[in-house]
Amino acid sequence: MKIHEYQGKQILKKFGVTVPRGIHCTTVDDAVKAAETLGGKVWVVKAQIHAGGRGKGGGVKVAKSLDEVRQYASQILGMQLITHQTGPEGQKVRNLLIEEGADIKHEYYVAALTDRATQSVAMMASYEGGMDIEEVAHKTPEKIVKVFINPLVGLTDEQALTLAKGMGMNEASIPQCVDTLKKLYTCYMETDASLAEINPLIHEGDGTVKALDAKFNFDSNALYRQQEIVAMRDLDEEDADEIEASKFDLAYISLDGNIGCLVNGAGLAMATMDTIKLFGAEPANFLDVGGGATTEKVTEAFKIMLKNPKVKGILVNIFGGIMRCDTIATGVVTAAREVHLSVPLVVRMKGTNEDIGKQILRDSGLPIIAADTMAEAAQKIVDAVK
Amino acid sequence: MSILINKDTKVITQGITGKTGQFHTEKCIEYANGKNCFVAGVNPKKAGEKILDVPIYGSVKEAAAETGATVSVIYVPPAGAAAAIWEAVEADLDLAICITEGIPVRDMLEVRNKMKAKEAAGGKKTLLLGPNCPGLITPDEIKIGIMPGHIHRKGRIGVVSRSGTLTYEAVAQLTEIGLGQSSAVGIGGDPINGLKHIDVMRMFNDDPDTDAVIMIGEIGGPDEAEAAMWCKANMKKPIVGFIAGVTAPAGKRMGHAGALISGGADTADAKLAIMEECGFKVTRNPSEMGKLLKAML
Repeated sequence: MKIHEYQGKQILKKFGVTVPRGIHCTTVDDAVKAAETLGGKVWVVKAQIHAGGRGKGGGVKVAKSLDEVRQYASQILGMQLITHQTGPEGQKVRNLLIEEGADIKHEYYVAALTDRATQSVAMMASYEGGMDIEEVAHKTPEKIVKVFINPLVGLTDEQALTLAKGMGMNEASIPQCVDTLKKLYTCYMETDASLAEINPLIHEGDGTVKALDAKFNFDSNALYRQQEIVAMRDLDEEDADEIEASKFDLAYISLDGNIGCLVNGAGLAMATMDTIKLFGAEPANFLDVGGGATTEKVTEAFKIMLKNPKVKGILVNIFGGIMRCDTIATGVVTAAREVHLSVPLVVRMKGTNEDIGKQILRDSGLPIIAADTMAEAAQKIVDAVK
Repeated sequence: MSILINKDTKVITQGITGKTGQFHTEKCIEYANGKNCFVAGVNPKKAGEKILDVPIYGSVKEAAAETGATVSVIYVPPAGAAAAIWEAVEADLDLAICITEGIPVRDMLEVRNKMKAKEAAGGKKTLLLGPNCPGLITPDEIKIGIMPGHIHRKGRIGVVSRSGTLTYEAVAQLTEIGLGQSSAVGIGGDPINGLKHIDVMRMFNDDPDTDAVIMIGEIGGPDEAEAAMWCKANMKKPIVGFIAGVTAPAGKRMGHAGALISGGADTADAKLAIMEECGFKVTRNPSEMGKLLKAML
């Protein structure tokens, strides 16, 4: 689960990391009021969407007067902000963060994430903050310093110092930087984050170390014990179909192709998508109905897939293990009738009660195309939508 | 023979009194020698009772001491599953198999590091399979987990995969063309887990009754690449490889920073290339795994 920058900064602040003073708002008038409340002569007007690259897309502006705050807030609020992470249609800006200006002397990068290879928490830091870290990693990997933290021990003083020195932190700011890194680690662990990134972390003219941005991802498995984080969820920023699917315990991700697929198991679902591509078409979605699919669940899955106007055909691939093929077949027939299915449907069923399942499909009188293997199913649906 | 488990293995079920645990334990008891293998269940509140004719004990330690069981299978719900794994480790079992899906990553990080610390201090090493896995099976001998027993057939091919249904797919293809399996192992889809591809490949390499292996992976993480490198230097048996997720959108589940640490070799294409380089027969068509393997024998 992702959150907005302003929420990320609230969390950082709670854990003792220094952040600029700022106010979240949703209207232009409130933005101007926020700037007045903050005082000073310089403000930053920042679009709040769940994607990076906001500055380059025109979603972050420095205002030098209240008039400019008003001007930028009205430009940004409601715009379709397009960044390299939003896709070509962009994301509508519904929230703003108005912040006091900062006296930036240098921008650094710091992040915490879980490293599967070492089964530890990795913290990375770099002198090259404020820019795309992937690019830094690609072109100058030696400019990124990493430490691996045993969760039973925590971030040690020595490791924190390695990071602070390795990132080239301003000498006078090193003690506060070490303290900030330790607080970031505690914050990462206690909130069950899967990514906590500050880019940039800065030092100011007076040596203060401050987080100018905050990006968090949280482990969805742990949300049950993170009520405060769950309360920060912004459904406007998420794909409506994916939210709908999750209500029925379906894992759904929309993609760009024209063949809808309904599969049980994430691995088999990916393999089915890959097979569709292998036979010259592109999948319209990833959809895992999970282990306990009922008729209701299958019907909902069909409805969600068919909401996508690009879908020209559907491939159902079920490996009936614990789940029986006759149950799925009944679900498919019911769903096809209920949604008045008008696109070609290929069904491949394997496993428990396979024969009964196939009989149910044949007896339905619906124009369902049967297939024995994944490859045959993919070939048939690709031919059918041509 | 087989790897990790056989007809003589004695198993404790943690979470046997829950709906899922009870359902699957029943299926496991019905399979092959299961009746003699599933000797104990654990639930502190129901110690002394029986379920499915299996005696329930108050702790794993007690169940192991009373029955001589060396393996446990865990169906405990996510919030308590990591603690259940640790209980199996503290009881010095040989193997804990965790089926539970949805365990918080932080809990897994902590239990894995506790396991490593115990080993480093000279304590007994308990292997962990999973979590979020279907379990493992040695056909016609024993099934521990949630896989459909009837698609398997006794034989000499090893199967290892992160994904449950994709394991079944490979197994069914083999069975259909007349090739049985020595053991089929689901290592699970979670980022922080126990046995990895490389560990299972080592075991198949050492198993005199395994002639060849199908290794199936997915996008994300460095595990398949590591296993492939090891196989290049050590594996004496033919391997068919498949990686799911060529069409998966990047960064949908993990932040970009994850790929930085693992060195960027975690796309399906990158893994397929490494596996091919390491002597695997790789396919981009998952319907051909069985056929390809047969052609190599």
